[in-house]
Amino acid sequence: MLILECPYCGVHAEETELSPGGEAHLKRFGPGSSEDEFEGYLFVRENPKGVHFERWRHAYGCGKWFHAARCTTTLEVFGTYPAQTTEPPKDIKDKISAKRPGWRWRDFA
Amino acid sequence: MRRFSAFAIAREAVRHHMGWERHWRSPAPKKKYDVIIVGAGGHGLATAWHLGKHYGITNVAVIEKGWLGGGNTGRNTTIIRSNYLQDPSAAIYEKSRSLYETMSQDLNYNVMFSPRGVIMLAQTHHEVRGYQRTAHANALQGVKTEWIGPQRVKELCPIMNIEGPRYPVLGGLWQARGGTARHDAVAWGYARACSDMGMDIIQQCEVTGVRTEAGRVVGVDTTKGPIDCDKLGMVVAGHASHLADMAGFRLPIESVALQALVSEPIKPCMDIVVMANTVHGYLSQSDKGEMVIGGGTDGFNNYTQRGSFHHIEETVRALNETFPILSRLKMLRQWGGIVDVTGDRSPILSKTPVEGVFVNCGWGTGGFKAIPGSGFAMAELMAKGQSPLTDEFSMFRFREGKFIDESVAAGVAH
Repeated sequence: MLILECPYCGVHAEETELSPGGEAHLKRFGPGSSEDEFEGYLFVRENPKGVHFERWRHAYGCGKWFHAARCTTTLEVFGTYPAQTTEPPKDIKDKISAKRPGWRWRDFA
Repeated sequence: MRRFSAFAIAREAVRHHMGWERHWRSPAPKKKYDVIIVGAGGHGLATAWHLGKHYGITNVAVIEKGWLGGGNTGRNTTIIRSNYLQDPSAAIYEKSRSLYETMSQDLNYNVMFSPRGVIMLAQTHHEVRGYQRTAHANALQGVKTEWIGPQRVKELCPIMNIEGPRYPVLGGLWQARGGTARHDAVAWGYARACSDMGMDIIQQCEVTGVRTEAGRVVGVDTTKGPIDCDKLGMVVAGHASHLADMAGFRLPIESVALQALVSEPIKPCMDIVVMANTVHGYLSQSDKGEMVIGGGTDGFNNYTQRGSFHHIEETVRALNETFPILSRLKMLRQWGGIVDVTGDRSPILSKTPVEGVFVNCGWGTGGFKAIPGSGFAMAELMAKGQSPLTDEFSMFRFREGKFIDESVAAGVAH
């Protein structure tokens, strides 16, 4: 069972206490955007076999959204961090680099 | 290929069963094929078989990373039905269901198709309206289904408690010609027939790259060396995004684990298939007597093929009210498979931005029932460049907003 630490309240919450929210760091597009941009934003998803960044909500706890860095093949959790950011913090990226050298996810590496 | 028949059984009986042969050859890959299909699951093998049968294309290789039929083809709950809401879905699933009826004869392989009937339970008023709507849609599509009341449900499935306090049975959508088939036999039967047509089935051969020249596919790199091809079909379910990445395009697909479990074998007590979407479970009894129970999907992307305990608990807890006899059963085995889910819960059978590359994926939680129809349509698409069955299932439909929205009709149990 997946256990994630909520970066706000510090609780080590298990899967049933959390709601998954899909891909993290999506760039949102509004009126005037191209069809490509809308399709990418609304439907096309990163679906990596390995390092993945996603949104979670501590639904049956503090109720806040946060981000998690996780491996989709081993379910290993590299770390969690607050949602008020457009890219993963450096310490999380370093942690991933130590365990999965050469990883890439969208524009991050 | 020596054909199976009553005579063959008699012949082998008198010579100590020494004359049975291997079902398919395991050749080393050739340098070049007309068509390479990646993925020797049901859909991939069915595509290859239909390419040979209808279009005479037999210089075909089916490449498989693991073993034949070892992915979702061997992990599903073997339910076959075609009671979908939208016209394009009904067309391809009904084609598929009708092909299952003659599959054993077509392949000369007993796939044990059992049209025992499938009922989709309505346990909320929302579902009552939804399934009545589907029944009307099916009548217009020429798919034989009917809306039945709770008493008829009880007659069809006496072990069901229709008066549960939380989830009373309010009726159901009944498809009498739906049912089950032996999932492994479907893959084995296709593989045997493909091999007999001269196609090469290459197992334990992982595709590591897709080679293109000027926007056109020229071959694949594999763990058994490079293999050239004119056309490439990607039929790899949960790994569709992974393979698309190698070819340089992206798909509107997310891969999640879907799990199922079986109970200890008991005496025959249920001779139909029941799907209960409100409680996220679907149930049938195998010929061995095990109750085969399908559960829900994980909510997050993963490739672990194992599922999680709390989903098992959710599934069996919810089923207990509707099927009280399950509460005393021990569960024997549990397993998971990686399903490829699209935004509108409908599959993708499509050309791709790379010339000569075709993709067949996104069947999500309901691919087994579609195997022959999907193979039929995909073969037509690959051979002729167009198929009336796949027109609506293009990967570009999301950009155009032309969804085939089955999430309401199918819910989680697909």
